[in-house]
Amino acid sequence: MAVSKRIVLRFPRRLVERPIVYRLVKDYDLEFNILKASITPEQEGLLILELKGNQKEYDKGINFLIKAGVKIQSLSQDVTRNEERCTNCGACVTVCPTGAFRVDPKTREVLFDNEKCIACGLCIPACPPRAMEVHF
Amino acid sequence: MARTIAEINEKIKEGKAVVFTAEEIIDVAREKGIKKAAQEVDVVTTGTFGIMCSSGAYFNIGHSRPRLKLGGGRAYLNDVPAYTGLAAADLFLGANALPDDDPRNRIHPGEFNYGGGHVIEELVAGKDVRLIAAAFGTDCYPRKRLETLLNIKDLNEAVLFNIRNAYQNYNVAVNLSDKTIYTYMGVLKPNMGNANYSSAGQLSPLFNDPYYRTIGIGTKIFLGGGIGFVAWQGTQHNPGVPRTEKGVPKEGAGTLAVIGDLKQMNPRWLVGASVLGYGCSLTVGIGVPIPILSEEILEYTTVTDADILAPVIDYSDVFPNLKPDTLGEVSYAELKSGKIRVKGKDVPTASRSSYPRAVEIAATLKEWIQKGKFTLTESVQSLPGAESGVGVKPLNERPFEY
Repeated sequence: MAVSKRIVLRFPRRLVERPIVYRLVKDYDLEFNILKASITPEQEGLLILELKGNQKEYDKGINFLIKAGVKIQSLSQDVTRNEERCTNCGACVTVCPTGAFRVDPKTREVLFDNEKCIACGLCIPACPPRAMEVHF
Repeated sequence: MARTIAEINEKIKEGKAVVFTAEEIIDVAREKGIKKAAQEVDVVTTGTFGIMCSSGAYFNIGHSRPRLKLGGGRAYLNDVPAYTGLAAADLFLGANALPDDDPRNRIHPGEFNYGGGHVIEELVAGKDVRLIAAAFGTDCYPRKRLETLLNIKDLNEAVLFNIRNAYQNYNVAVNLSDKTIYTYMGVLKPNMGNANYSSAGQLSPLFNDPYYRTIGIGTKIFLGGGIGFVAWQGTQHNPGVPRTEKGVPKEGAGTLAVIGDLKQMNPRWLVGASVLGYGCSLTVGIGVPIPILSEEILEYTTVTDADILAPVIDYSDVFPNLKPDTLGEVSYAELKSGKIRVKGKDVPTASRSSYPRAVEIAATLKEWIQKGKFTLTESVQSLPGAESGVGVKPLNERPFEY
């Protein structure tokens, strides 16, 4: 069975210079799309990937990452909407490049689908009450 | 039929007033017909919740011991400068005010994370706010420096006073240039990548009383979650613009200046706003009740999004340079469908004002009236109407010699 997930990987300093993603491709035949990559001043690496492949191989790949010392989190846990701040205005709707925001045609409420989110961050400063939050 | 506001208030006090929101009344009138609906309905409630820049508040902080004269000095609330051109203990804070050290648009687009609107929201939320004031000192007001926390509950007066709110219609903003622009109408993508609009449409107060038959100076309203009043016509009140057959203005027209005691308002309905690349502001919730005094007034309240047209304006050149061109008209029904067609291109739309919150305001006001908690006022003077000649002129710049 094929699987496709968006995940956030955090690399400790000692792993930053190792070709981890290469191994995912070579050993587990996984397809990847880099959504975001950065190295912090403390030299911790952050990589947001869309990872695709056979479920069995995917699980093995994830296992390999964990054993290597990479911290893994689902992307949807990292981009959140502060429901207290959101006023359902809609300023985010056309700013989002992946269509993660949708207006309910009946209630006109703005629905956020974090499965579509690629954590680009464009919505964050575009939101007047600053309701969107990215926790990296 | 003819009904007076006094008669409606009697019914409100007895808990018998028949009230619908401006959204509900559309179907009520469709079912019953205008005549019957006008006989049965006493009040229609409206609502709008959007960023309204010409908002602000004034405060009397009480006199310090020894006394300090704020007037002519300098004052900051949470580092945001407040206006000190008033007397010794009075301050005015505008929603757009920014801390002196805010980088503004030096790195474009600026984020504008905190300004006057945010201070107002925090005060309303009951949070302490830091006041730092400097004065020049006089014989009767000798003190020169004051640093203290302020809380809204301790202020003598805290009054929201917005000089232009609740615009009757507004532009639909697009960008014809080839780069992204950051405007008060939001982020506008190049080559008409999106179109932003900003009105609650059929729920918006002045669309439901297009000729200001009932809304006037002294009208009691829902303001910021509490009670307020229409103080005057808003600045740039422009009632003489072209209208549809039903009287609906086809561009920005009437506006309201509103006032109310900030102490009884609620931060859910006064939200500090950060407009990327533009500045800070305040999102304000306003709801106006419309007494159904005649069939004509009821008919106005049945206006639908399909009846309301707004001009599509280019914000890369036409708006900044005050050019007259428009790219056509679209209805709010089209805007709310998620896309409009401009110059042969489908353009995705987004709203700047919150329709769900506008619905909530109209429903809240309806509930207040039904429960007898909110009675209506007779306006003491009408707003300048379509035939008044009142309008907006551009600035006529006249150079002077040094």
